[in-house]
Amino acid sequence: MNDGTAAMASEKLAVGDHAGLRIGTWRWLGIGALIVLAAVLPFGLSNYQVFELTQVMIYAVAVLGLNILTGYNGQISLGHGGFFAAGAYTAAVLMHRYGVPYWATLPPAALVGFALGLLFGLPALRFEGPYLALVTLAMAVATPQTLKYFSWTGGQQGLHVVKVLPPAGLPIDRDRWLYLFVLVVLLIAIRVAANLLNGRTGRAWMAIRDHPIAAAAMGVDTAGYKTLAFGISTLFTAVAGALAAIVVGFVAPESFTLFLSISFLVGSAVGGIATIGGAIVGGFFIEFVPNFANDISDAAPWAIYGLAMLLFMYAMPRGVIGSIRPLAAWLAARLKPAAAVGEISATSNKASTPQQTSQGRLE
Amino acid sequence: MHLFLQQVFSGLASGAIYASLALALVMIYRATDLVNFAQGEMAMFSTYIAWMLVNANVPFWAAFALTLAVSFIGGMVIERVVIRPVENAPVLAAVVVTIGLLLIFNALAGWLFTYTLQEFPSPFPDRPLFGALMTTRDLGVIAVTLIMLALLFAFFRFTATGLAMRAAAQNPASARLCGIRVGRMLAIGWGLAAAIGATAGIMVAPILFLDPEMMSGVLLYAFTGALLGGITSPVGAVIGGLIVGVTENLVGTYLIASQLKLTVALILIVIVLVFRPNGLFGTAIVRRV
Repeated sequence: MNDGTAAMASEKLAVGDHAGLRIGTWRWLGIGALIVLAAVLPFGLSNYQVFELTQVMIYAVAVLGLNILTGYNGQISLGHGGFFAAGAYTAAVLMHRYGVPYWATLPPAALVGFALGLLFGLPALRFEGPYLALVTLAMAVATPQTLKYFSWTGGQQGLHVVKVLPPAGLPIDRDRWLYLFVLVVLLIAIRVAANLLNGRTGRAWMAIRDHPIAAAAMGVDTAGYKTLAFGISTLFTAVAGALAAIVVGFVAPESFTLFLSISFLVGSAVGGIATIGGAIVGGFFIEFVPNFANDISDAAPWAIYGLAMLLFMYAMPRGVIGSIRPLAAWLAARLKPAAAVGEISATSNKASTPQQTSQGRLE
Repeated sequence: MHLFLQQVFSGLASGAIYASLALALVMIYRATDLVNFAQGEMAMFSTYIAWMLVNANVPFWAAFALTLAVSFIGGMVIERVVIRPVENAPVLAAVVVTIGLLLIFNALAGWLFTYTLQEFPSPFPDRPLFGALMTTRDLGVIAVTLIMLALLFAFFRFTATGLAMRAAAQNPASARLCGIRVGRMLAIGWGLAAAIGATAGIMVAPILFLDPEMMSGVLLYAFTGALLGGITSPVGAVIGGLIVGVTENLVGTYLIASQLKLTVALILIVIVLVFRPNGLFGTAIVRRV
């Protein structure tokens, strides 16, 4: 792990040292192009496809939250569906009962998610591995029943949410407006997550994940950071839930079963748990693979879905991004000397042992 | 008081079933540090095999024995074919593989046997016993579980294979140096777990009726029981399973409508775990720096 961060730091330095168009600049250009592409994409697709992609992005935000907790802090959760539901219901109740505009429901949902996560993170401090899995599982199981029990959540029937309309005067329809809205939230979420993870907080989280005792000995406030990881993680997931309520226009207890929580975990593992890009891959997996499975076999689509999980894990046990990254690092190391000979020999030495860096490197 | 005792005994019967499945989970966890989410669905699939045999007019206990044998072999095959490739992968990858396995078995069962509820014969007559405190069926279920436990205990305590399996679970590297074939022991462990699960499935099927979703609730209770007892302790798993069964029944009778009893039971157990984070009988995790 230490090697990983060291390699990362030295690489960053080296990147900054390049002459001409720097690799950093190229990367920003690439990211910019991707964002522009993502913003233009819905105008070439059908309404339903736009809706599907919106769902992908919502799942990506939720999985990103889970990645922070599981991937970067080493705490497993089978209960993130519950926090997703908390966010969804916060948004729905605010819109349905108090007439709050949809965009204004995100901060309260984030707050509720954060508070619930902190509350939940405190007892979770005492648990590890399968015990934490059970406690969070209990939460996931309890969610639909609890939602049905109260009347202000709409009980069994759930709540309908006021239909969101694009701002007057913009030549854009509802589906595409929501797509762009969710895209903006996703980009903000990624930026915030990257900042947190690349900074002091992220380092503390990873130190705790890799060696809790050593981290504590170095003066990291283990309990505080673990609770914080829970809070931040559930904040992201609750925001995703609020987005889902806004986009779908409806919340009901049966949408937030244990299966949703498990889907998040699967999406996280398939994408790569300790990565940010993996969250997007995970979103695609959760949204599309069940549909593909349905196309392949009407009789037993979930068997195909399960098989897809198995195959993904066999082929890429560290997830798609987690497994591609060492390859990309190797490629970059091969390409660099051609661009700037000699200048970065120190870096390519480091980069030629990509296994070490695969866990710790961000972005 | 009568109602209370009645509920305790019927809780013990369902608890015995949870205990069996919990034991299967613990066996696999001890050997491979992996919670097998597919354990319940494997048991459900085994139960369908028994159901087919019984429908083909095989006598009940012969069908039972045959099913256990098939499940044992099936469990070994699954370990070799499905689990082995992720043996050294990150834990989460292995967890996802067992979740995938869960979906596959569930969908396969639905596809092969349809999702309609099937009646499953009980080997025990349903007659009241001891002044209606319990039924012969409850007693039968508890007896079968106890016999299975005794056999397992004898296997691990008195046979060379049992000793080798314990060694392989405790310290794979040293066991391998002693000439124990650790891989084979893991496969046997999975086979045994599958057979134990099959017993649980066959015992629970007459009560819950047989369908592909039959074991999902049972697995949750078993998982809870295993952790309550301490996931590293087989005895704990059995006691934990029994406690969960009784708690569930009492909560359903006295506290709250049965719709919420799963939730309440889980919350109670989580509260217990807050005070005993390694379960009632589990060993604390000790780390070297």
